[in-house]
Amino acid sequence: MKTNIQEIKDLSIGFKSQKGKQISILRNITTNIRKGETVGIVGESGSGKSTLALAMMGYIKHGLFTTRGECLFKSQNLLSLNNKELEEIRGRKIAMIPQNAGQALTPNLKIGYQIEEALRLHTDYSKTEREKKISELLNQVRLPSPKIMALRYPHELSGGQQQRVAVAMALAGNPELLLLDEPTTGLDVTTQAHVLELLKDIAKDTGTSMVYVSHDLGAIAQVCDRVIVMYAGEIVLEGPVRKILKEPIHPYTYGLLKSIPKLSLAGLPDSMPGSQPQPGNIGSGCSFYDRCNFSNDKCKVNVPKLEYISEMDTSVRCFNHSELISITSEQKSKNHLQKEITIDEILDLKDVSISYAKQGIIDQFLNKVTDTNPTVKDINININKGETIALVGESGSGKSTILKSIAGLLKTKDGYIKFDKEKLLSGDLKKRNSEDLRSIQLIFQNPDESLNPNHTVEQILSQPLKLYFGLTGSKLKSSIAELLEKVRLGAFYMSRYPRQLSGGEKQRIAVARAFAARPDIILCDEVTSALDVSVQAAVLDLLQKLKEELGTTYVFVSHDLAVVKAISDRVAVLYQGRLCEIGPSKNVYQFPSHPYTEVLIGAVLEPDPDIKPKLVAEDIVEEKPPEIGCSFQGRCPRIIGDKCRNETPPWQIGDNGNAIRCHIGIEELKIQQSQC
Amino acid sequence: MFFLIFKRFVLGLITLFIVSLITFIGVEILPGDACTSYLEREAFGEALAACIKRLGLDVPAHERYLSWAFNVIQGDFGYSLSGQMQINEVLGPRVKNSLVLASAAIIIGIPLALILGIITALWRDKMPDIIISTVAIFSMTIPEFISATLLILIVAIWLEWLPGIVIVPTDVTFFELLPNIILPVIAIAMIMTAHMARMVRSSVIQVMASDYIQMAILKGVPYWKMVFKHVLPNALLPAINVVALTIAWLLGGVVVTEVVFNYPGLGRLVIESISNRDLPVVQALGIILASIYVSINFIADLLTLMLNPRLKTLQTRK
Ligand SMILES: Nc1ncnc2c1ncn2[C@@H]1O[C@H](COP(=O)(O)OP(=O)(O)OP(=O)(O)O)[C@@H](O)[C@H]1O
Ligand code: SF4
Ligand code: SF4
Ligand SMILES: [Mg+2]
Repeated sequence: MKTNIQEIKDLSIGFKSQKGKQISILRNITTNIRKGETVGIVGESGSGKSTLALAMMGYIKHGLFTTRGECLFKSQNLLSLNNKELEEIRGRKIAMIPQNAGQALTPNLKIGYQIEEALRLHTDYSKTEREKKISELLNQVRLPSPKIMALRYPHELSGGQQQRVAVAMALAGNPELLLLDEPTTGLDVTTQAHVLELLKDIAKDTGTSMVYVSHDLGAIAQVCDRVIVMYAGEIVLEGPVRKILKEPIHPYTYGLLKSIPKLSLAGLPDSMPGSQPQPGNIGSGCSFYDRCNFSNDKCKVNVPKLEYISEMDTSVRCFNHSELISITSEQKSKNHLQKEITIDEILDLKDVSISYAKQGIIDQFLNKVTDTNPTVKDINININKGETIALVGESGSGKSTILKSIAGLLKTKDGYIKFDKEKLLSGDLKKRNSEDLRSIQLIFQNPDESLNPNHTVEQILSQPLKLYFGLTGSKLKSSIAELLEKVRLGAFYMSRYPRQLSGGEKQRIAVARAFAARPDIILCDEVTSALDVSVQAAVLDLLQKLKEELGTTYVFVSHDLAVVKAISDRVAVLYQGRLCEIGPSKNVYQFPSHPYTEVLIGAVLEPDPDIKPKLVAEDIVEEKPPEIGCSFQGRCPRIIGDKCRNETPPWQIGDNGNAIRCHIGIEELKIQQSQC
Repeated sequence: MFFLIFKRFVLGLITLFIVSLITFIGVEILPGDACTSYLEREAFGEALAACIKRLGLDVPAHERYLSWAFNVIQGDFGYSLSGQMQINEVLGPRVKNSLVLASAAIIIGIPLALILGIITALWRDKMPDIIISTVAIFSMTIPEFISATLLILIVAIWLEWLPGIVIVPTDVTFFELLPNIILPVIAIAMIMTAHMARMVRSSVIQVMASDYIQMAILKGVPYWKMVFKHVLPNALLPAINVVALTIAWLLGGVVVTEVVFNYPGLGRLVIESISNRDLPVVQALGIILASIYVSINFIADLLTLMLNPRLKTLQTRK
């Protein structure tokens, strides 16, 4: 057995509520991190993952305090050290890689300085040695031209590059333990897969122990040896990664795994009802009782203890875990049948180009068109009534831009958007009539930003009802209750403010607001990306049910291919504002597909340690699309030379009905792709 | 970046132009004109005609505006009515006196506000913060005319340490002025420092709560090094504009304080010329105060632009 590098003993952390009550957010955590091991901590937002990870560095956020227990790093209790002693350990023995490197790098300091600072603090290299070491570190995290990189400010790097700098900084002190708090959340799929690769290599080469905090079981599956599952501030399950992900014996983990959409399965994932209790609101029995499908009366009043099951090397906090052992974790999907869509066009995008470039005053005056290379170009998509069409692509691929122009928030530069076969939609919101505005509604990524915090749910929902249907008085009230019913919320939510709702509930209100206008088309912009997987499954389920009931058409933008596959009938893949591939979603995920789609599919992380992502292309960030030739030429692993660079590739229709825009013939692609 | 600065500059000029128009039109649409209001009951017959002729009030309004504006650009504000002297001569010493007062307040106020703001933020919710913040809120909520009067009462009348009312000719020398400005400076600096310190405090606290400071702590950067390298540059940058606004807003406080202390500065001149109906002087003061306001904000913008690495591109740095 390997030695422990960190031992956490009966740790509880809490805060004092305004009424002076002591409320715990971490409860009786006991666990060990062994030398050379990578441990994953998973759980829903608010389960206390970050708080635990920070405690492992002896850092307690302002307003929180330790109520009991200790955090031993090499038998030294970090929580009782003073600042001076902690400075000795932090960065040198234990280093942290933060969630959002963009915000975790000091904006006024060059990245070279920030790495050098870490070196100066934790090593005794001379100045020239340090400079050499900076280049080495930047090389190690595979950043191009380290010399130039070092002179840049954080805002001059892309998200993936910032994350790499954070890794380099953490490695500077040669730490024995690396803590990573959601290091890849917010990165594109391809970038995420590459950063995880890098971390795995580093763990292997340096033998550093790692603690990997994430809500993404896919990422955990790739890098971790052992997993700790947290729920409402407690450890509910702990064991080797394969056991946890393949034979989850805790109902929460079981439900969590089932709520993840997978590329290999058709249809929507199962959703878990309810939400995690807030700190201070945890009942007397098992904290998962309200949401558990396996519960009995015993669970309601008794708190289960963490129990070690030696044959599985797993600890579990559940009275009925033996029931779960017998269930195969095979996911039975609900299989929403993708019904045949009748060709009945509702929205037609024809040759649409959109440009963000502002024309200079003089050019405007001379009426000169300067932008020959617009952000979005040549988009031809027609959408049928009752269909869900998804737009996928990495950040910067122009997904949201297209949505915005359908919604009338952005003018198109060329081409037109036609609604209901004959109505030409004006690119100017002010020129659209109220009927057009009503028929197209938007739901945004972040409900925190799209719901007015000073309005009650009733006020939020009454706005569209008043505006489009002139409802007042009791009619208005009953319509609101009906809408809430539709999104599976009770009428008592009416008097609540957004801050009194959970993330999933907020997004439901946003959905209800969009449906209040009885629209024909709803534009969904990354509506589930800010949500936890269990909540995401519930929102997807809701959207699907509403659509079946009301025949609404969705245009669904997402970077998550598995989500897209679960919800959509057709998929359009975009790269740098140009269409690459479009077709029925079940076919897009089968070969032959466009080389870019292939790259995207390869980078998807399945919550299974035995399925490895295929990294076929570099995760370079391109500043703007190439002027001529194929839009994907800069990163294409199958590029066939000058033809790709100079000629716009043609559309080809495969036998399965999906259209691919590439110079390589369909048959040839099929052969090449089936080989790997 | 150059373009940004240029844009700000042009915007400033446009603001000034609009202010000049408004003051001019305001004066124009008041009943009567400079002559009738100045001559009052003698505003008839020959005296009125002579006055009108002398001030050129017989030409149409827009021409008068143009020639006035043209002169102003060259630094000539024309004649005051009451003193019958050049407005520049009236203004000169007043500007100087007010400048002495304001700069003294600023020179004391800004560093003090920075120090207090940083102390309160770093010792947040501890004793130093509680004491300083309470005092700051107290001095912020008392209007200048009360604090000024209290100062006179305590320091000048009870303790008799310093003169309470400034009784000096307008064109005193700097050293004669010095003992007289202590109380007015305290009155102005008190309220200004309190405001700025609160801004600095909240700015520092905001930065302290940011991810990158948490990161710096976790990296093991020693506390004071972190404060000076990672916290302050980022906290003080947004504070620059706030400080500029506070200073600009202080102009209002200067008027009140000058009147209470009978101080021969611009502020008192504003009140005097309004009660004397000396419209050309009022116009000139409007322009001058507006220019001060605009240039303070312009300087703040410049500073922010120069210090913010986000606004420097790779090209301009090399
Ligand atoms: N300073 C604080 N005062 C009071 N409560 C806090 C404080 N910081 C965090 N909490 C609460 O502690 C709980 C755990 O927070 P923590 O940040 O550890 O969650 P997490 O699992 O990392 O979530 P996420 O996935 O969103 O990062 C949450 O309910 C949060 O609201
Ligand atoms: S103890 Fe009971 S309620 Fe808790 S997870 Fe197990 S079965 Fe569910
Ligand atoms: S056209 Fe060429 S560069 Fe573009 S996807 Fe096909 S092979 Fe790759
Ligand atoms: Mg967290």
